[in-house]
Amino acid sequence: MGYEAVAGGEEAIKNAADLLRYFRTRGGSPPLTVRQLMDQQRLAVDRVMGEGSLYAPVIAALALKEAEGDAVEAAFIVRAYRATQPRRYYSLPVDSTRMQIIRRISGTFQDIPGGQILGPARDYTQRLVDFSLLEENENTVRNFLAGLGVQTSGQEELPASFPKVVDRLRADGLLAEAGETDRRLFDITRKSITFPCPRSARLQSLARGETGAMMALAYSSIRGYGDIHPFLAELRVGYIPLYIRHHGRTGPVYMGKIPVTEAEIIAQYAEGEKGTRPKLTLGYGLCFGHNEVKAIAMGILDRAMRSRSSRKAPAEDEEFVLYHIDGIESSGFVAHWKLPHYVTFQSTLDRLRKSQLIQEEAGHAGHKYG
Amino acid sequence: MLDINTVKPSRGYNFAFLDENTKREVRRKILKAVAIPGYQVPFASPELPIARGWGTGGLQVTMSIIGPDDVLKVIDQGCDGGVNAVNIRNLLVKTTGVRTTFDTRAASIIQTRHRIPEEKMRADQILVLQVPIPDPLRFVEPSMARTAEMHAEMDYSRMLVFLYEDIVKWGEITIGARYPSLVNDRYLIDPSPIPRWDVPKLNRAETLYLFGAGREKRIYAVPPHTPVQPLEFEDFKFRVEDFSGRSCIRCGAKDTYLNELFDAVSGAKVYVCSDSGYCDKRRAAGKRGPV
Repeated sequence: MGYEAVAGGEEAIKNAADLLRYFRTRGGSPPLTVRQLMDQQRLAVDRVMGEGSLYAPVIAALALKEAEGDAVEAAFIVRAYRATQPRRYYSLPVDSTRMQIIRRISGTFQDIPGGQILGPARDYTQRLVDFSLLEENENTVRNFLAGLGVQTSGQEELPASFPKVVDRLRADGLLAEAGETDRRLFDITRKSITFPCPRSARLQSLARGETGAMMALAYSSIRGYGDIHPFLAELRVGYIPLYIRHHGRTGPVYMGKIPVTEAEIIAQYAEGEKGTRPKLTLGYGLCFGHNEVKAIAMGILDRAMRSRSSRKAPAEDEEFVLYHIDGIESSGFVAHWKLPHYVTFQSTLDRLRKSQLIQEEAGHAGHKYG
Repeated sequence: MLDINTVKPSRGYNFAFLDENTKREVRRKILKAVAIPGYQVPFASPELPIARGWGTGGLQVTMSIIGPDDVLKVIDQGCDGGVNAVNIRNLLVKTTGVRTTFDTRAASIIQTRHRIPEEKMRADQILVLQVPIPDPLRFVEPSMARTAEMHAEMDYSRMLVFLYEDIVKWGEITIGARYPSLVNDRYLIDPSPIPRWDVPKLNRAETLYLFGAGREKRIYAVPPHTPVQPLEFEDFKFRVEDFSGRSCIRCGAKDTYLNELFDAVSGAKVYVCSDSGYCDKRRAAGKRGPV
């Protein structure tokens, strides 16, 4: 205790860090490069950027390397880095009809304007262990790419714009608007949310939520804890252009493009007032990179949280959902039980022993508690 | 997009890590918290390089109020040597260069988890408490939207019923640490998981107590000379932990909060001060426990 314990603590902390590095490198294989992770662990990097709430592939890949592939830990590293960066601009609203699409499907209509594009999808592959990958090397990769006729550096020609499936429903008067009157942008990184919160705060929280947590809550909703029966109007994966307004420049300034996944969920019938025309309602999902389960879960939750049911299921309660989907907060608090709780446990024991004593005495006197 | 070849390891952080705008926001929220004793003030609470739930609220408060001339003490469970205390102290020292101490009396700022030091603190000192759950009503109501209304209306009836039912079920109020207490006859606070032993130290103290909950994004305060009353009934009084007949094996203290240990050799139950700085000070003065 005291000074000795301090010295011990210091040394243990340093040794733990060294041991982590040792366990990462002891196999003696060539160290992973950030470039390799960005290229070959694309979905992991995307997930870390989304949950870390920062579009920075290099930082995200580096964080994955540092965290030995633990996505939640890597997202935490990215989020903590993000918190040190100033916010200089807000981008202008993005028109996602201008997305350069690599994949686009609809679960509601077979024929959609612009057509369905399967793109890079794992959906219809068989989940068999691909033992041929054991043999993969630079030659096999080069041969594959040459056979495909794709240049690694070339950019494919993509149509500039695809119409939205939901716009067709809108034009037919089948879709209710979100009905949100509050147009102000609530910045959840500058203010803590309180409830009920504006939709902009809900969508921001969902956009950086932990994929697994959102998937579980969305699953609970569609399994029956709630009354959402969703359809996937459209799922898009592609690149969207970002613009800002800059002092001294008249028009919007182009900042570059980022890959995103967008899901538009429609759910049966708005719970409208009596006498209003029944309509479909829209839930919206958007996240960095390629993460389809997260975008779809986000769309379902966005819609589910607008439920006006008097008995809300967990996924319909915005406070319940938004307070529990953040991977950085939930992992931190779940893991904090590793910290010493000697003092509080001592206090608990004090109460327990007292309660036992009281019960014993009551027992002798013929009284009963509980 | 960042270019892999131009990314350099960044070492240049601001004094006390947070940028000045963030610190200013936290200080504004602290002022509001001091002005309305016991009221939970929401704040932005950006992420730190320390995990949520491991002291990020206390850290942000400390980072916002610390200056180069401060003398810092960091304790966890009362101990300066706990690994989390060491880690937090290292981060603060690395980013501020301030002097540190294990002596409660020598510190100008003390950041703590789960304890208030045994030695009485003065008016020129600040105690920063790390808070996991800022709302005392969480015992009875999980929704922060609902508890905000209950606080606004000073409706603490469900909390009192909770304590009453506790007595009916167990014959005693079973809350160990985190004992709900009324500040300035107005707001009920969760005093953080300090043991009941420490709760009376909050009442009409000389010292400013600042509470930071990072994950939950709330700051609250107990200013000096503010009444703090633990909830109790006329016939069921608030009671601190009972250490009667026990003393610290290292320094012999009979009037400190004790942790229960098991002697590695004999397996016998022994007790030791949870406040390691105070215990060391007593030993330096020649005090010893029973042999």
